[in-house]
Amino acid sequence: MSGDFANLLADLKEDEVLKLTNERIKSGEDPMKILDDSREGMGVVGERFADGEYFLPELVFSGELLKQVTELVKPHLKQAVETKRLGTIVLGTVAGDIHDIGLNIVDFMLDVNGFEVHNLGVDVAKEKFVDKVKETKAPIVGLSGFLTPAFDAMKETVEALEKAGLRDNIKIMIGGGQMDDEVRKYANADAFGKDAMAAVALAKEWVGAK
Amino acid sequence: MQNEMAKEWVELNPDEKREERFKRWLSTPPGVKFSSSEAEKSYKERVTRFTRAFQLKEPDRVPCILPAGNFAAYYAGSDLRTVMYDYDELKRTWRKFLNEFGDSDMFFGPGMVPPAKALEAVGYKLYKWPGHGISGDTTSYQCVEGEYMKADEYDALIRDPSDFWLRTYLPRVFGAFEAFPQLPALTTFEEIAIQSFIPFGLPNVQAGFEALLEAGRESLKWAAAVMEVSQEAMALGFPGVMAGLAKAPFDTLGDTLRGTHGIMMDMFQRPDKLQEALEKIALLSINSALSSVGDSGPPLIIMPLHKGADGFMSEKQYETFYWPTFKKVIMSVVNEGIMPILFAEGSYNTRLDIISELPKASVTWWFDQTDMARAKKVLGDKVCLIGNVPTSLLMTGTPKEVKEHCRKLIEVCAPGSGYILGGGANIDKGDPDNLRAMMEAVKEYGVYK
Repeated sequence: MSGDFANLLADLKEDEVLKLTNERIKSGEDPMKILDDSREGMGVVGERFADGEYFLPELVFSGELLKQVTELVKPHLKQAVETKRLGTIVLGTVAGDIHDIGLNIVDFMLDVNGFEVHNLGVDVAKEKFVDKVKETKAPIVGLSGFLTPAFDAMKETVEALEKAGLRDNIKIMIGGGQMDDEVRKYANADAFGKDAMAAVALAKEWVGAK
Repeated sequence: MQNEMAKEWVELNPDEKREERFKRWLSTPPGVKFSSSEAEKSYKERVTRFTRAFQLKEPDRVPCILPAGNFAAYYAGSDLRTVMYDYDELKRTWRKFLNEFGDSDMFFGPGMVPPAKALEAVGYKLYKWPGHGISGDTTSYQCVEGEYMKADEYDALIRDPSDFWLRTYLPRVFGAFEAFPQLPALTTFEEIAIQSFIPFGLPNVQAGFEALLEAGRESLKWAAAVMEVSQEAMALGFPGVMAGLAKAPFDTLGDTLRGTHGIMMDMFQRPDKLQEALEKIALLSINSALSSVGDSGPPLIIMPLHKGADGFMSEKQYETFYWPTFKKVIMSVVNEGIMPILFAEGSYNTRLDIISELPKASVTWWFDQTDMARAKKVLGDKVCLIGNVPTSLLMTGTPKEVKEHCRKLIEVCAPGSGYILGGGANIDKGDPDNLRAMMEAVKEYGVYK
């Protein structure tokens, strides 16, 4: 039964997923179990995305489904949800750039792959990255950018992290629109990832996960 | 027409119309007086160079479009923020670049620098620009994506797009139009108008129209400045290469109406409505595309493409949702003898086979990060290609590296004609010698023998 739920979610069957969620809540089942199954289903979505079977529309739609399931389940939860995480990542689109499509896909893929993601949003000042890394002790920072103004903003953000004495303890990846390995060199980051799967692979490598 | 055998415009087929438009482009642009016979000769050589590449005929050498979007502002020691507000600075900076840069095949006038005061007059919320929502030293203006059209508004859009724009969409993106939902649909004016004028008397509605008038006055000043510099460039022998602008219907709906999130939800939750709206928007796009090209300028329309790129959707979704109405816009433009320049942002590697069905030499594809070798293989004998020196290389590399990259591109793409060297996207600042390196490359490696 729980396998069915995860599969229905992974197959994006909106009506069935919501119907089944309601039935399971009504039957008095532990709501945590429903969330676990949802997480499993989202994991499958992530795999299908990585395999090139799913694309952005499926990610968006599955995210929306998850949100609806969570809304239904939430009032019935007795304890706060805690999940084990592979590691922590601070993520954001650098100053002067307000694009977030790529940022949110990376956030999504890191999340379904078990990372705790602190997404700072767009047009993020370098000081904010510094503060968040200090606060979370995250070993990984992801810098997103779409347009050319991001080249300098990334460079300046890396410099700020260095000045704050954090650079040696963190790995920095960059990605998005016009970013590539040239920009990685220019900004003095550790890696460039061409898509969300690359971000997951890098993050796993850096935290020593399989 | 000079020839008495010449056919009427309506009798021409699309290829003949295109030939005719290219011919008109070659004649002296209205209002332009060439600065010398040398300049006139250069102008014609340059237009011919582009025209032949577009037509897949061998030009004297590979033409080059310099990706110098707002480059002039920074080259002349100013910045985007300043030239968006100060038209004298706009003219000064573009002139300086025009006069000092040296040889090039074309010139981008300042027509893509928007008049900030006009945007401010109507309280434009769809974009942020330097000093207005983003830091003043930012080198670009950027769209604020949002759900400006709600999921349950498809019927309203489909029923009457103009009314939807005026009373629903514009009030959401123009702060000054906040009161416009109180307006009546203009189609309610029938018979002797009795009550229909009342909303136009409301002070906040009137303020909206005042703001629009102010934006209009401001835009006229801006347009005069843009025109002045663009004509000077032509007088010196440098043609412009862009006339109109159009978008793929999926992008219109996804960029500025429903937003990426919204339109992707619609692909699952209301695909029929989405298709119906795309068909409706296609008609609007065709209309505005055709009216944006004059009789004598370059017969070219640039179409910047966004959400159909690799990764954004599957091939099947592309074929279902993106391509049909996009193709409809393309073909309507092509049938009028206008060549769409299809600028595919990101990469288009998985779309090459689908897009190869367009008629020979009817369009030009401008690629950003697409694999040019494969593009040349799949599309090379059908349509002209532009691309794709990486923006990062142009902004952070050396002239030598740029030139070497161009050499490789030319080797792959130039054989048999149908190739124009260009950037992946525009650069805003950096070493002007990196742009000059592109010109050196076409002259050294791009000559057809």
